[in-house]
Amino acid sequence: MSSSAPAARPRHRELGLTDAEYDGIVTRLGREPNPTELAVFSLMWSEHCAYKHSRRLLRLLPTDGPAVVMGPGENAGAVDVGDGLAVAFKVESHNHPSAVEPFQGAATGVGGILRDVFAIGARPIAVLDSLRFGEPDSPRSRYLLNGAVAGIGHYGNSIGVATVGGEISFEGPYEHNCLVNAMCVGIAPRERMVRSAAAGVGNHLVLLGALTGRDGIGGASVLASAELDADSLAARPTVQIGDPFEENRLMHCCLELLDRGLLPSLQDLGAAGLSSSASEMASKGGVGIDLDVSKVPLREEDMEPFEVMVSESQERMLCVVEPERLDEVIAVAERWIVRATPIGTVTDSDRLRVLDGDEVVGDVPVSALVDDCPVYDLTPEPPGAPLYAAPPRRLEDDGEIGDTLLAVLGSPNVASKRWAYEQYDSYVGSRTVRRPGDADAAVLHLHHDGGAGAIAVAIDGNGRRVACDPYAGAVEAVLECARNLACAGAEPLGLTNCLNFGNPEKPAIAWQLTRAVEGLRDACIALGVPVVGGNVSLYNEGSEGPIYPTPVVGMVGRVPDSERTLPSAWTEDGHAIALVGPFRPDLAGSELEKLRGRLAGWLPVADLEAQRAALVLVRDAVRSGRFASAHDVSDGGLACALAECCAASGLGARVEVSALVDEAGSLDAALFGEGPGGVLLAGAPEAVENLVARAGSVPARVVGSTGGTELVLEADGATVIVSVARAREAHERTLPDLFP
Amino acid sequence: MRFGVVRFPGSCDEEDALHACRRFGEGELLWHEDREVRGVDAVVVPGGFTYGDYLRVGAIAALSPVMAAVRDFAREGGPVLGICNGFQVLCEARLLPGALLPNVGLRFTCREVEIEVANGSSPFTVACAPGRRLTVPVKHFTGRFHAPARELDAIETRGQVVFRYAAGQNPNGSERDIAGVSNEAGNVLGLMPHPEHASDPLTGSSDGGLVFESLARWVEATGGTVPVGSASPGWSPATAGRHTSSAVSA
Repeated sequence: MSSSAPAARPRHRELGLTDAEYDGIVTRLGREPNPTELAVFSLMWSEHCAYKHSRRLLRLLPTDGPAVVMGPGENAGAVDVGDGLAVAFKVESHNHPSAVEPFQGAATGVGGILRDVFAIGARPIAVLDSLRFGEPDSPRSRYLLNGAVAGIGHYGNSIGVATVGGEISFEGPYEHNCLVNAMCVGIAPRERMVRSAAAGVGNHLVLLGALTGRDGIGGASVLASAELDADSLAARPTVQIGDPFEENRLMHCCLELLDRGLLPSLQDLGAAGLSSSASEMASKGGVGIDLDVSKVPLREEDMEPFEVMVSESQERMLCVVEPERLDEVIAVAERWIVRATPIGTVTDSDRLRVLDGDEVVGDVPVSALVDDCPVYDLTPEPPGAPLYAAPPRRLEDDGEIGDTLLAVLGSPNVASKRWAYEQYDSYVGSRTVRRPGDADAAVLHLHHDGGAGAIAVAIDGNGRRVACDPYAGAVEAVLECARNLACAGAEPLGLTNCLNFGNPEKPAIAWQLTRAVEGLRDACIALGVPVVGGNVSLYNEGSEGPIYPTPVVGMVGRVPDSERTLPSAWTEDGHAIALVGPFRPDLAGSELEKLRGRLAGWLPVADLEAQRAALVLVRDAVRSGRFASAHDVSDGGLACALAECCAASGLGARVEVSALVDEAGSLDAALFGEGPGGVLLAGAPEAVENLVARAGSVPARVVGSTGGTELVLEADGATVIVSVARAREAHERTLPDLFP
Repeated sequence: MRFGVVRFPGSCDEEDALHACRRFGEGELLWHEDREVRGVDAVVVPGGFTYGDYLRVGAIAALSPVMAAVRDFAREGGPVLGICNGFQVLCEARLLPGALLPNVGLRFTCREVEIEVANGSSPFTVACAPGRRLTVPVKHFTGRFHAPARELDAIETRGQVVFRYAAGQNPNGSERDIAGVSNEAGNVLGLMPHPEHASDPLTGSSDGGLVFESLARWVEATGGTVPVGSASPGWSPATAGRHTSSAVSA
């Protein structure tokens, strides 16, 4: 058959399909696919659309919970937050487009995730982003970061959705393959939520939004499902161009159409464009779809049917409309200056038929495109030798502790990200109670939407630590996100994740992926947090090797009283500081170890029950209203967490760490060791002492007090003093100096 | 007291402005295709990226039907507040002097700044104590106020500078630290910082509420219009709609 076809490089291989996959298509069709059909198959069967290498693994994740309104499989997940409201959210990657063209890649990443959220009827209210680049002394990394931040700001600011949080980190393995993950959070009355399943034979399929052009053709298969190589720059034309003004109108239009009950189903056009949207709507609804490419409004003349079917032009949505409501739909769209074009109909054929006027140019069973896609088992094997070179040494082992603190605090990973988040509008919507730099999680109240309380949202990941131990590192990502929520007084309701990994066909990468998913599973089960959606981004590697394995976790939590959330910085002189939680600092995988040129091959494994109990204690303490600030111990360890509270408040602190030194084994480990579980809670002395006394099984101790103009760390007679002004300088100067 | 907030395609902060207005009066959204703005005592032209700001910030919105009505409303002495993109729109509509240029740093900047009331007798500041400082956020890429020096002198002399960035707080390089400027009559104000985002203590500062409170008080006290020809020397219906600046637009 085809696999023995004579062509030097058969078309299907150019499109990213294996010979066996091509044979599978022929078997399912009972004939050779025509060029249009082959193009559609190549996209629908790409890793990006079909999750060929991760689908089986993802079944491990817990997806049920009392708050779940929509789980995986819809455009976004959603959880119930009470008062008749649901919060929709999802994180998605736009890694390869951003590596090729950072501004548009990141901008359209935001645009795409916004559409996923309003596709289920939720009004987007917040964007968070998780960004990873090579070390910032590389001009390419600075170019990528600068472009990605500007692109995120361009799209989010212009469309009028607040960007409220995120993270940026720098590690060598991301040099050639940066990671740009964007998360969107939306709010909706529960009854407005809509699914994407097409229904109602004879109903119209209406395309809303932008013109269809040649941009983004093959993006999902060529860019997103293959390793980056020297030719990737030539792929720049496959990166889509974003138009936030179009999306602003499209969003208002879709939400009004849903408010009026005019749309039985709605779906965004993302990767693989019309092919993917139409076939997934048909698959979920158990129906067929006839789609006439000659009716699709085009940006360029003379596009081939296959180009129309796979174009990834942005700012488009597909909806199902009953014939008698079509005029009303078109009138609403006109009011918002949004194109609305009937391009097809729902049929009872179970087939996706592509018409070009009267001519049938493609006719395939929907099931062959969506459900019958080949799925591959991974062949995981732990690597025989370390996969990653040790990072370059930037710090000697025997430096003064004060100097070490300033070096870690000012390292690009730990340093303040103010330079980036001040380029984002965090105010629009008038919901942001805690904004970037204020607290460990962003907090958005729901009062405008009829809710009594608020939600807290955060996004976290740490690829370097996952590289040390994929299982423990993935567990930590979940714990860190939950800890950030707890510091805002929130209980997690649901989780979304983006699994950024290298080439899964390589056994060592398959092992990383498998162990990380197992870690996510165990942590989610222990904390009782369901996974309601997510995204997998594989083949993140270039000629220099794979990226660090990077599961990124986003969470939404409920805050019952929007007045009772805490900032991370000290608020007053004379407050007591408690270190709460099962924090066992270890230098393995820490920022200090990285700066000293070492990368461990292991991490301590967290006791999940002890972690869960500590999260509950912290959350309840924050909700009690008796405390003044809460900040989790994270990158850079305890010393950096303390210094951050000082730098942000302008207030010093005196902290005694002798007991921690005994437990951790060294002063370095006590001050700079990392690991999950630690939270700094500060407040009036009696409240803090009372908490410590009643902490029960959760480790908690008073470690010091706020005040003065210096951070003073004492351990067994040794004293380290760093002025708050110097700490602030170290923390704040790094990024502005890199981007003058 | 009834506020009308204009919604253009691409507006972002219209709901926010409406929330702030409703703390001090009633409020409704006006649509960009409206040909009149009857029944409102004050008009707010909110922030955002009208028409994507793809041509020149505010340029297309300034030509929309509702702006003709807003121009008439202003000409009759009705108070008009333009915030951020609204400021840009009012400059393009030639209801305000000067122009807004890209920030000196050439980056979008979102942060809280301190501004000072420079003219406490404006309809937009009557609720503020003299010299009052307000903490209000800015968020813009094109917020650097510019006018030729001679015009700046004239603007200052006539008391048209209503808000100034406090020392060291100018986020965009605006000339003479001008954060908010009015027309000659004083009934049209352009303000780069966002008072609507500083009107609820839960989400940060509530200082910006003073701008809306001022408008509400002023409308209650005066009946809502600047007496034509008397409020400020030099103002007349004939000059109000004409661009008095020779500044080159951004």
